[in-house]
Amino acid sequence: MLQAIGVASLDELVRVPAALTLRSPLAVTPQLSESEIADRFAQFAARTTAGGYTSFLGAGAYRHYIPPVVGALAMRGEFLTAYTPYQAEVSQGYLQATYEWQSYIALLTGLDVANASVYDGATALAEAVIMAVNASGRKAVLVSRAVHPNYRAVLRTYAEGLELTVDELPYRADGRTETASLDAALADQRYAALVVQTPNIFGVIDPLTSADSARAAANGTVVIGVVAEALSLAALSTPASWGARICVGEAQSFGNAVAYGGPHVGFIAAGNEHLRRMPGRLVGKSVDAEGRIAYVLTLQAREQHIRREKATSNICTNQAHCALCATIYLAAMGKTGLRDCAALNLARTRELRDAVTAVDGFSARFAAPVFNEVAIRVPGRASDVLRALEDRAILGGLDLGRFYPELVDTLLMTATELTTSADIARLAGALAEVETRAAARI
Amino acid sequence: MPPPAFDTPLIFECGQDGRANCYLPRGPQLETLLPGDLVRDELPLPDNSELDVVRHFTRLSHKTFGIDTVFYPLGSCTMKYNPRINDAMANLPALRDLHPFAPDHAAQGALAVMWELERALASLFGMAAFSLNPAAGAHAELTALLIAKAYFAKRGEAHRNVVIVPDTAHGTNPASAAMVGFRVLSLKSDARGRVDPAALAAVAGPDTAVCMMTNPNTLGLFEDRIGEVSDVIHRAGALMYYDGANANALMGNTRPGDMGFDLMHLNLHKTFSIPHGGGGAGAGPVGVAPALVPYLPVPVVRAYEADGSPAAADGWRDSTGLRFALDFTAPDAVGTMRSFWSNFAHMVRALAYIYANGAEGLILTSQLAVLNANYIRVGIADVVDIPYPEINRHEFVASAQSLKRDTGVRALDLGKALLDRGYHAPTVYFPLIVPECLMIEPTETESKETLDAFIAAFREIVAAARIDPESALGTPRTTPVGRIDETRAARQPDLRWRAPSTESG
Amino acid sequence: MAQPAGLLYSKEHEWVKLDGDVATVGITDYAQASLGDIVYVELPRLGATLEQFNSIGVVESVKAVSDIFTPVGGEVIAINDAIESDPALVNREPFGGGWFYKVKLGDVSQTGELMSPEQYDRLISET
Repeated sequence: MLQAIGVASLDELVRVPAALTLRSPLAVTPQLSESEIADRFAQFAARTTAGGYTSFLGAGAYRHYIPPVVGALAMRGEFLTAYTPYQAEVSQGYLQATYEWQSYIALLTGLDVANASVYDGATALAEAVIMAVNASGRKAVLVSRAVHPNYRAVLRTYAEGLELTVDELPYRADGRTETASLDAALADQRYAALVVQTPNIFGVIDPLTSADSARAAANGTVVIGVVAEALSLAALSTPASWGARICVGEAQSFGNAVAYGGPHVGFIAAGNEHLRRMPGRLVGKSVDAEGRIAYVLTLQAREQHIRREKATSNICTNQAHCALCATIYLAAMGKTGLRDCAALNLARTRELRDAVTAVDGFSARFAAPVFNEVAIRVPGRASDVLRALEDRAILGGLDLGRFYPELVDTLLMTATELTTSADIARLAGALAEVETRAAARI
Repeated sequence: MPPPAFDTPLIFECGQDGRANCYLPRGPQLETLLPGDLVRDELPLPDNSELDVVRHFTRLSHKTFGIDTVFYPLGSCTMKYNPRINDAMANLPALRDLHPFAPDHAAQGALAVMWELERALASLFGMAAFSLNPAAGAHAELTALLIAKAYFAKRGEAHRNVVIVPDTAHGTNPASAAMVGFRVLSLKSDARGRVDPAALAAVAGPDTAVCMMTNPNTLGLFEDRIGEVSDVIHRAGALMYYDGANANALMGNTRPGDMGFDLMHLNLHKTFSIPHGGGGAGAGPVGVAPALVPYLPVPVVRAYEADGSPAAADGWRDSTGLRFALDFTAPDAVGTMRSFWSNFAHMVRALAYIYANGAEGLILTSQLAVLNANYIRVGIADVVDIPYPEINRHEFVASAQSLKRDTGVRALDLGKALLDRGYHAPTVYFPLIVPECLMIEPTETESKETLDAFIAAFREIVAAARIDPESALGTPRTTPVGRIDETRAARQPDLRWRAPSTESG
Repeated sequence: MAQPAGLLYSKEHEWVKLDGDVATVGITDYAQASLGDIVYVELPRLGATLEQFNSIGVVESVKAVSDIFTPVGGEVIAINDAIESDPALVNREPFGGGWFYKVKLGDVSQTGELMSPEQYDRLISET
């Protein structure tokens, strides 16, 4: 091969100016055989002990049952090792699956269209805000404080670059977003978007009222609904039904592992009026020269590789494979499986709430109905309770004090269809011990 | 195997009530659990038996090319083999099912994976530190530009708002710049297809924030005057940004840090063998020079010795015996870019790949990538135009301009004709500065036999087109569908299925 | 190729037809041919006030998007609904049924900066 190219050696082929040659050896891993790699990663796994705990963690990443059929199909090499389907003729399968994903998201949210997915829930929110800013020309957004704190943090990061103002709406004593001051806030018509999340970070089902949505629309403010737990869409009134015109969120719950935070899969759905401002890829249905049904990436002119600095977003990749896992999951579960799953989440969380609040000193922090997580007020500091539970091999939930200084005594506890009655009984038993100890200290 | 002739209706057009699978126990009625006004009316989704689901998606897979089935000489995309051991390691239950809010003490192994990877990348690319936070390449560009913006703001140089981007750059570069409020200044490459330091000096100035480049550039050419280019930018007080899309060309052989780059990103799904998965998920670590470390997004993985003192490491170091923690408090950090810490499953894959290669293997990887690309170039140089006929790196550009002039057959047609021969098409019409461009990147994982067969197929297609242009113009002919009416798709967007009964409404 | 007489032209390939103080705006045949199949046109809002040479909308084809830099400033008094439902009209009749919008000129003298058909012809033959 070197001879064909006309060079004497590999070194000659890859030569760089003398100043750029390596001066010291690279400090990277040793080279291992595959069996040694398996052994090395078994050590990493052994040092990762969370699996030995009974977990009540959620807050934007949820452990759900994933039927084996999801992995068996998604890991087929044609899907796993495909490139972005720019060559549509040899990507019909993936394109059709993505069209099906878009359809599922549109049906679940009740909105007109959905894109081929974005990085995750938080970036989906940031992109949706950009859509609203571009639609209105306004440079401020109004966000409920009950939106996931990580999502708000990402929005703030993006806002820094885009030079947007992010104002917040407080939450009420019952855990829902306070909208009493909304009228006045919307009236001066400076907000591009109004953002609420349902279920919100406290697990509370928190849609806007249709009247508030209408008020926002009348003032030229786009209502953005955030759904960090996509499974809730199978049970709760659709975001479209209460007035969201853009709905974004996280679909990890559909057939994707929590995987220490990623990859997950964000979605963006919207009313038709926002179609041309939607970021990322879109698959459309068309025909080929012989009139056969054919799928193809469409409306690409909006995208970065054509519009460059004038693109709707810089986003290039989508979470195609995670969206594929979600699509297979949704197909396998069907409406019956999804309804059952959502109902089981509701029932187990009710059971969790009842068991925990039956323990002296523990109470529900908010009264409004919840989906699959519940905020629990604890005696003393939530962080102390968590540590005491960890000693009993329980991950008791998220310390909301990490994000809300006024909630240092509040834990967010999550139950899914995988949470058993035995798990809940163990938690309640441990909390009773913790409570006794806390009381004894006083 | 030829693609199946059978049609695949949409999943929504199959299934019927009563075909639900039994994955979970039956749940109670929703109305018994929630006030009626909170419950959605209907859930208009199909119930399909598992067999029907399996057959549906298996048939779809048959209508999809992947590296596992065909060779992808796709320029700029680094479609190398994806070793299965990587997926197996990412799928270890302890790592796969680890919740992002698990306490650090229960996540030590996962944190060790992140830290070892971050340290190895720092050594490989000559950076002080990496953040694994960004979700993809374009996301990493955005992160890096936010870092630059914060850095200049802190130095009282917030007026710097111009990003210089050579005309060979990827389209995401200018789009990312616009998202942080920077103005883009496009720089024309010289006759050698490279950035001319003198031309750069003429435009770099007190308003310059960042110069974004890739090396080798998108023509596959090594920017051999990169040292002078960096000097020009640094003299202007600005930062050099390395777009790591082409890192497979030089990994381990020469380092962006040594070229004078202050910021960079990597596409782990290209260089580090993570499956593309049909367009994502990707992963885009951001690396920085020492002065920019405080601005990296949070969380940062901190490492400590057994005695609690911070663990020092120039590059990779065995993490055994160290303790790790996620730090969310860095005061100058640009914030956080995503819901949770990183695309962790991909970090596992990338680290497994580094272990599989070691330093020697990674160095050889990029050398063989360069060898394979040059071998294809000389193999087709007499049948298409090679606008920059010199030693290229991991990819090169060819042009179908003469062929088009003589026969009407365009780069696009050659790409489509290759599909019929069982090859993915090269990248066409990019970079924008070469007319009728075909950009070819074979990667190091292809054998000489595969390259020879591809060269032969390519030559046959061109030879046939010169005799009968129709042989290429109507391609592909053997694929499940032929060329698609993209105008119709864009003029009457049909982006989702609707139930037939509501279609009239 | 000869440009229709009686119209004025901009460097950004728009044409202007004057009728008293009302200007009709569209894109030239050269522009539509360079863009290819047009799939969408984003027009300014009725009643909006445009500033001359500002970007006020976009023309989108399958493979490209181009800004509309309005060749004249003033108040938008009509927009062409027909091209919303049938964007191909811009390809078929760029100087006729494919017009974009009408502006009531604040200042008629601004058209002095536009080109004659002959000048525009020279511009496009040079590129």
